[in-house]
Amino acid sequence: MEPFLDVLISKANYWTYIFLMMIGLYGIMTKKNMVKKIIGMNILQTAVILFFISLGAKENATIPIIEHGHDGAQSAVTVAHYINPLPHVLMLTAIVVAVATLGVALALVIRIHQKYHTLEENEIIEMIREP
Amino acid sequence: MKNAALLLVVILGGVLIYGSLEFPIWGDPLSPACCHVSPYYIEKAVEDTAVPNLVTAVLADYRGYDTMFETIVIFAAGMGCVFLLRTFQTKETGSRLYRHIPTGITIKIEKKGRFPEDSQVFERIDSHWVPHDLIVKTTCRLIIPFIQIFALYVIAHGHHSPGGGFQGGVILGAAMIIYSIAFNLRAAKRRMNERATVILSTLGVFIYAGIGVICMLFGLNYLDYSALAGLFGVDPVMARSHGILIVEIGVGIAVMAVMVTLYYNLASAGKHDEGL
Repeated sequence: MEPFLDVLISKANYWTYIFLMMIGLYGIMTKKNMVKKIIGMNILQTAVILFFISLGAKENATIPIIEHGHDGAQSAVTVAHYINPLPHVLMLTAIVVAVATLGVALALVIRIHQKYHTLEENEIIEMIREP
Repeated sequence: MKNAALLLVVILGGVLIYGSLEFPIWGDPLSPACCHVSPYYIEKAVEDTAVPNLVTAVLADYRGYDTMFETIVIFAAGMGCVFLLRTFQTKETGSRLYRHIPTGITIKIEKKGRFPEDSQVFERIDSHWVPHDLIVKTTCRLIIPFIQIFALYVIAHGHHSPGGGFQGGVILGAAMIIYSIAFNLRAAKRRMNERATVILSTLGVFIYAGIGVICMLFGLNYLDYSALAGLFGVDPVMARSHGILIVEIGVGIAVMAVMVTLYYNLASAGKHDEGL
């Protein structure tokens, strides 16, 4: 029991994101409704974003803004004192791109609804097969 | 089908959890992600660019190409939404509803009739119209200037505090979307019409790419802002800081305009005629 608890505590964050990611993937695969598929896609994106942010964390470190950096007094910067800025940069752009792709996905959904008057995948496939 | 998907998801999740056993523990300062370029960024960013916010420095300077193409992706998404949805058939929309403001009577004008333009007595309303709520309208009128000032602060102060072009641009766009929700789409389009949104989103990308070209004209690499030292009359380190600010402004304009474009097209299914 003891070793399992150690593993659980040290890896709980990754397992949470894997769980979230699997929820998203399951939603994309099984849901018939297009909007629900898009919601699944967004949950998956959120899981990836959380995973990257979690990789950048360091124990006993603060946000990646150099203290007293603005007054020009250049003191020695200890790397262990600041968390890794790189995942934050990557995810900052990823969040906005996720919003933009969500917009395009919703636009496609609106077009589909204009043409087939439904968003259920199986009904649309039937309409395509026998027009 | 559902069972197969569940099985697949469980197997994939199991494999990922098995793989996660090899991952560094949470908060490990010596994890591989924190050992390659990240120490360089943390140690040298202030020295190189005079920007204390490392995220901004890495975003707009060290990884400038990446951010430029992210901006182009957002721009392309906005344009894609326009091309997918926009329809120019406003002349053939059939009947329109008008409300006589003094009496509150709603009249329906059929396709062949003449629509009153910009009348003080008649007000164009949507087919599923609800009376405007005074509290919502007044609250939005009060709150929108502060949202916009906060957005400008987030863009301009991104060097020293959490913030930057992407965040500020989204907040600016949200202010416009709140206006559109509290009033309606036509009122929002009178404030910021479609032409303005498209031109602004292009302008944002143009500012970003143009700064890179100016750097090349001064004889250095594309997006190497230290070339702007002569232009601003400062030393190369401060020139990089100023270059980052200009780039962030471009990103902010582009993101704001694309958010508004997406909202206009999605809210009215591309007709820009009726909608929230």
